[in-house]
Amino acid sequence: MRLQLSPEMEAFRDEMRTFFTTQVPAEIRDTVAARRHVGREQYVQTQRILNAAGLAVPHWPVEWGGRDWTPLQRHIWREEMQLASVPEPLAFNASMIGPVIAAFGDQEQKERFLPATANLDIWWCQGFSEPDAGSDLASLRTTAVRDGDDWVVNGQKTWTTLGQHADWIFCLVRTDPTAEKKQRGISMLVFPMDSPGVTLRPIELLDGSHEVNEVFFEDVRVPAENLIGEENRGWDYAKFLLGNERVGIARVGATKKLISQAKSLAREVTAGGRPLSEDPRLTARIAELENELVALELTALRVVANSADGKPHPASSVLKLRGSELQQAATELIVDIAGPLSLASFADGGSQVPDWARVATPEYLNYRKVSIYGGSNEVQRTIIAGTILGL
Amino acid sequence: MDFQYDSEQNDLREAVRGLLQRAYGDPEARRRTVATDPGFDEKTWARLAEMGVLGLPFAEDDGGMGAGPIEVGIVAEEIGRVLAPEPFVEAVVLAGGLVAAVGTAAQRQAVLGPLSEGASVLALAHAEPGTRWSPSASGVTATEDGGTWRLTGVKEPVLNGARADVLVVSAVVGDGTALFLVRGDAEGLTRTGYRTHDGGRAANVTLTGTPAELLGAGTADRSADVERAQALARIAYGNEAVGAMETALRTTAEYLKTRKQFGVTLNRFQALTFRAADMYVSVELARSTALWASMVADTGGDVVAAGDRVRLQTSRAGRHVGKEAIQLHGGIGVTAEYSIGHYTSRLTAIDHVLGDGDWAAARLAETVDSYPTVDPLGAPYTGAP
Repeated sequence: MRLQLSPEMEAFRDEMRTFFTTQVPAEIRDTVAARRHVGREQYVQTQRILNAAGLAVPHWPVEWGGRDWTPLQRHIWREEMQLASVPEPLAFNASMIGPVIAAFGDQEQKERFLPATANLDIWWCQGFSEPDAGSDLASLRTTAVRDGDDWVVNGQKTWTTLGQHADWIFCLVRTDPTAEKKQRGISMLVFPMDSPGVTLRPIELLDGSHEVNEVFFEDVRVPAENLIGEENRGWDYAKFLLGNERVGIARVGATKKLISQAKSLAREVTAGGRPLSEDPRLTARIAELENELVALELTALRVVANSADGKPHPASSVLKLRGSELQQAATELIVDIAGPLSLASFADGGSQVPDWARVATPEYLNYRKVSIYGGSNEVQRTIIAGTILGL
Repeated sequence: MDFQYDSEQNDLREAVRGLLQRAYGDPEARRRTVATDPGFDEKTWARLAEMGVLGLPFAEDDGGMGAGPIEVGIVAEEIGRVLAPEPFVEAVVLAGGLVAAVGTAAQRQAVLGPLSEGASVLALAHAEPGTRWSPSASGVTATEDGGTWRLTGVKEPVLNGARADVLVVSAVVGDGTALFLVRGDAEGLTRTGYRTHDGGRAANVTLTGTPAELLGAGTADRSADVERAQALARIAYGNEAVGAMETALRTTAEYLKTRKQFGVTLNRFQALTFRAADMYVSVELARSTALWASMVADTGGDVVAAGDRVRLQTSRAGRHVGKEAIQLHGGIGVTAEYSIGHYTSRLTAIDHVLGDGDWAAARLAETVDSYPTVDPLGAPYTGAP
């Protein structure tokens, strides 16, 4: 048992901290720190800076830009990125389709897609969820029927995050409707979003943002070589993809940053002539949150420090569940500090309400998503109860 | 950074687990033991001594094993796992810890040697009626009389106070708190023992001009030493609570798999399995904090801050897990015949010995505005980045 980072890891942490705080443009990091939505160009610019330094896809195979880091190094890399308010490499590229193509694609697909995916020359979006297939993903209905050298895709996807920016989509489609188990008749296809027959419809969210979309497919022709891996094995790839990033999803660094902001914001708002930062009920609430965060960070460290043999640590299932709850609690803390100021959510010229208070409630509402996506917290509880407690 | 025990630590854990499993693997054995005074099993205490457990954190020159907080945490967790009633944290970490920190070389050898050998049970008489969780004494005063110190006042509740061979007593001297050794057979010492709700023993200790030996050289204020010993005990109790929670969770999960209602086992009801999953989350987060706090103590970090953190986390987790364990068992959970309620009782007692969650949160709240982000890594840990 040893608590400290080794001198090498201390140096690695410093190296990451220095890079993120000096090489990523301040205006991009300020946008993240101000909790404003990051635009497409800012994402692309950041990811290219990271990729040029070998920091965009360190968890990929070395051959394709990976760094062969330990789980602890990947943890530190991610934490430092979040603490520095750097937009993380686009998850659809870096964490989802990239590792799947690297693991299951053929050589031609790897050469064609992986460098462009790492550099965000291709912006990917995810075509998994459907109106009747959310947590019960295996019941998806979008079909792909073989016709000569093409697949013909028909159906509808939803919750397609940032699909409006996407160049390509990776899509789960039903290729064998007669399969005995519904999981066995699913394949993974990739195709351009501007293929004839693809229509995108934005869905407005509670916070007024346009983040997710519905995507409709009408006789979309996809060349046969765009099938990833084997026909009817798509479910295995989806499970691989979803299981990939259980540690990063705790987002401890991002929540730390939020709480740090909450503390300084509490000094700006007064109640009864005293700054909120002196209100013992508020400071106790912050203390509780920070303590939960310490416990979560230590749990994440237990998982990364002891997962060297490649087996997932049992406690890793805690990370998504508690990580999402703490992210939400932090946004709730900030919205409560803003109090009445938070009502000025959509004010522009003529309002004296500070920007942070305007974004507080939209962000709090937006963050309800984190306990829903990536396997809802109810799904996580089912996993814990079933696979850990044997219930 | 490494959260795994090394092979010696694993051996210690296996040895202690084996011993305690033989003693209390059957909950009936614990029930029989706590039903009669002194509330623990003298034979088990002697076996722990033979194994070196009772001298674990003390220097070898003082008769101890020269181990540290991580080893103490390992033992405490095993004690919690089976609710062993032997007063390890109370006698070794708290009372013994203060003697080790404050005592002269002669006092350390005279007191810690017999404690380590199992020949003498030690108790800390610090709590006073009407005050709580303070590092200072206020209700017992010490005066020097012809070269002899005499103590007057009341200490209560004193854990294992009636059984102890030697009491470590805190008392007001001038405007500070000094520590004293009082022999169990000292004149002017009245001890009235009783059972605590978790099966342990406590006592009212009344001192009436009781002769006492000043602990350490001089009468410097020892509040900071008491604070530090309490913090180390909070960390040990955190580990003990994790052991107890672990068993409470496993017992509850087993029960859900076997108990039938409405023709099916209880694990068929999602409302129940989800609650068990949340118990698991509480246990694992508390375990992370307890392991971390032991490491902070081991590396000479800020023990007081780490003690507060582990107290807050295990208090919240202990209440959650303890209450849910009973609820998910239904009526049998509130019977003395079945084990689960005793786990909740013990977790509740741990919560009240040295500061509960609200108390720890309030202490941590005093400094949250003085640093931007928490960083549990690195040593010494100061709470600030």
